[in-house]
Amino acid sequence: MNAIKKLWMLALFLCIPALAVASGAGHLDKAPVDLKDSASLQRGAKFFIANCLACHGASYMRYNRLKDLGMTDEEIKPLLPEGSKPGSTMQAGMDAGSAKLAFGVGPPDLSVIARARGQDWLYTYLRSFYVDSKRPSGANNVVFPGVGMPNVFAPLQGEQELHVENHEGHETKKLVLTKPGSMKPAEFDATIGDLTSFLVYLGDPSKLVRPRIGYIVLGFLFILFLLTYALKKEMWKDIH
Amino acid sequence: MKPLKKLVDWIDYRFPIIDTIKEHATEYYAPKNFNFWYFFGGLALLALGIMILSGIFLAMSYKPDAQLAFGAVEYIMRDVQGGWLLRYIHSTGASMFFVVVYLHMFRGMMYGSYKEPRELLWVIGCVIYLALMAEAFMGYLLPWGQMSFWGAQVITNLFSTVPFIGSDLAILIRGDFVISEATLNRFFALHIAAIPLILVGIIFVHIVALHRVGSNNPDGIEIKKHKDANGHPLDGIPFHPYYTVKDSMGAVAFLFIFCAIIFFAPDMGGYFLEDNNFVPANPMKTPEHIAPVWYFTPYYAILRAVPPMFGSQFPGVVAMGIGNVIFFLLPWLDRGKVKSIRYRGPIYKVFLTLFVISFLGLGWLGTLPATPVYTWIARVLSIIYFAFFILMPWYTKIDKCKPEPDRVTFH
Repeated sequence: MNAIKKLWMLALFLCIPALAVASGAGHLDKAPVDLKDSASLQRGAKFFIANCLACHGASYMRYNRLKDLGMTDEEIKPLLPEGSKPGSTMQAGMDAGSAKLAFGVGPPDLSVIARARGQDWLYTYLRSFYVDSKRPSGANNVVFPGVGMPNVFAPLQGEQELHVENHEGHETKKLVLTKPGSMKPAEFDATIGDLTSFLVYLGDPSKLVRPRIGYIVLGFLFILFLLTYALKKEMWKDIH
Repeated sequence: MKPLKKLVDWIDYRFPIIDTIKEHATEYYAPKNFNFWYFFGGLALLALGIMILSGIFLAMSYKPDAQLAFGAVEYIMRDVQGGWLLRYIHSTGASMFFVVVYLHMFRGMMYGSYKEPRELLWVIGCVIYLALMAEAFMGYLLPWGQMSFWGAQVITNLFSTVPFIGSDLAILIRGDFVISEATLNRFFALHIAAIPLILVGIIFVHIVALHRVGSNNPDGIEIKKHKDANGHPLDGIPFHPYYTVKDSMGAVAFLFIFCAIIFFAPDMGGYFLEDNNFVPANPMKTPEHIAPVWYFTPYYAILRAVPPMFGSQFPGVVAMGIGNVIFFLLPWLDRGKVKSIRYRGPIYKVFLTLFVISFLGLGWLGTLPATPVYTWIARVLSIIYFAFFILMPWYTKIDKCKPEPDRVTFH
C-alpha cells in the first residue's frame, strides 16, 4: 500500500542519525542493568551511600528521591548522614581539598557519571583494579590506567594481579584473583551490578518513568494518526 | 452564530482578517501533486514552534553562569516538575529541526525549486539555514559540559585564523581570550532573544515570498499556466482544507517519531546528546576527541580535510565557509532547462547522488577522530561536494532532459 510505503520512508529518513551506530569502547563486560528490578536498585543505593559517598558526591541527587526506587521515608531516614535532611543532596563525606591532597585528583561527582562513561564501562572499571606497587595508592586499573582512586573494593573482591600473556606478539591482559576477599566472585559481580544499575538510575532518574509515559503518548499519537489519516482520505476523495 | 459574525465583522473592519485567511489559506492554491517530500517545510515550522515553547520554559529555570549552568541543567532534569521532558523535547528538537531542514533543502534541490521564479525564496531559505546553525551553535554552549566548552572553543578559534583581524575578531565574539562566562552570557542572550527574533522574521518573509510565487511541485512545472474560468489553477487545490488536513497527518507521524526518541532514546546513542557533555566544562582539560553534534559534522570534516597552507588553518576555514554558503548560488549555477529530477538527464542524477553520498559521508567522518585514511576519504568527498556546485553550469547544460508534461502527474 502506498500510504504504508510513505510512512516507512518518513520513519527511515527521520531516523538517519540513528543508523550510524555509536562505536564500541573495546573489551567491556556487559553490565547486568535492569531498572525494573527495584530490589537491585535499592541494594545499589544502599551500597552507594555506605561506600561511595565517603569520597564522592552526587550533589544533584536528593535523598528523598530514593522513593523513586520504592523506598519509604522510614527506610531512607537511617541512610541520612548526620545533619542531613531527607531533602538534602548527597554530598561527599570528605571535603574536596583534602581529597585532592590524598589522591592527587578530586574524586568526581557521580550524579551523571553513568551518562558520561556508559554502564558497561562502569561495571568493568569497578571490577578491574589490580595490585600495582608503582602507583601511590598501590592499585591500578585495566580500564583506567593510572587512576587516582585506590582499590576500595579489595576487602570485598580480594586482590587481583595483572597477568600479561604474549601469544605470537599478541598481548592478552588477564586479571587473576590472588587473595580472596569476603565475597565470592559471583557475589561481588552481582553487588557491582546492583551499584551500576543504581548509577544508571542516578544519571537520569526520569528513566524509571519515561517508558511508561512514552507508551501512553505513542499510543495516543497512533490513534490520532489513524484519525488524521482517515480525515485526509475523506477530504481528498474528490481530488482526481 | 450571530454574535460571532458580529465580532468577525468588527475585527475585519479594522484588520483584513477575512482577506488574509482567503489569500493565504482558503484561496491559496497549491499544486495537488505534492508527495512525501513536501511535508518537511511545514514540519520545520512545527519544529520551530516546539523549540520556542520548550525554550521559554527552560529559560525560566536555567542560569547562564559558569558556576551554575551545568548544575542548572541537572536541576531542570531532577527537581523541576516535568523538567526532564522539557529538556529532552528541546535537545531532541534541535536535532529533529536539522533533520527536517536538510530534507526540506534536499527536496528543493531534487525538484529544482530554487529555479526561476523562486530564486529569492531559495536565498531567504539559505539565510534561515545560516541563522539556524548560529542558533544551534550558541545553544549548545549553554549546558556547559566539556563538549559545549571545547566545541565552542574550536569554532571561535576558527575566526582567529582570519588574516590581520583574526585574533581581535575571536576576542570580540567570545568577549574574552578563551571561552568564559562572558561568552556564556552573550551566547545565552543571542540564543534566546536575538537569533530567534531574526529566525521568526525571516521565516515569515520566506512564507510571504512563497505565497507570492506559489509552490513548486514534483513535476517542476508551473500550475499557473492552466487556469479555470475563475482564474484558479486547474492543478491547484486550496491550501485549506486540503493541505492543512494532509499536513496534520504528517505532523502526527513526525511527532510519533519525535516522541519515540524523547521517551526511549533521548541520547540517540550519543548523537543527539554527547556522552562527554555530561562532564562539566573544564578549561584546564582538553578532551581527547572533540566532535560537534551530527548536524555540523559535514562541515567539520571539510575543515579538517583541507591541509594547512603557509602555516595557517585559514584555507580550511574558507573551504568550510564556502561549503556552507555555496547553496545561495544554486539558482544561478543551474542551467538546466527543466526543474524536476523526473525530467532531468542521467548526468544530473549521477551528480546529485554523488553529492548526497559526499554529504552523508562527510557527516559520518566528522564524528570520528581524524586518521590519515579518514582524512584522505574526507578530501575525496570534499572534492565531490564542491564539484557538484562548481561543475553544475557545465553538466546541467549538456545534460539531455526529457520533455516536461503539460499538466502535473497525479494518481
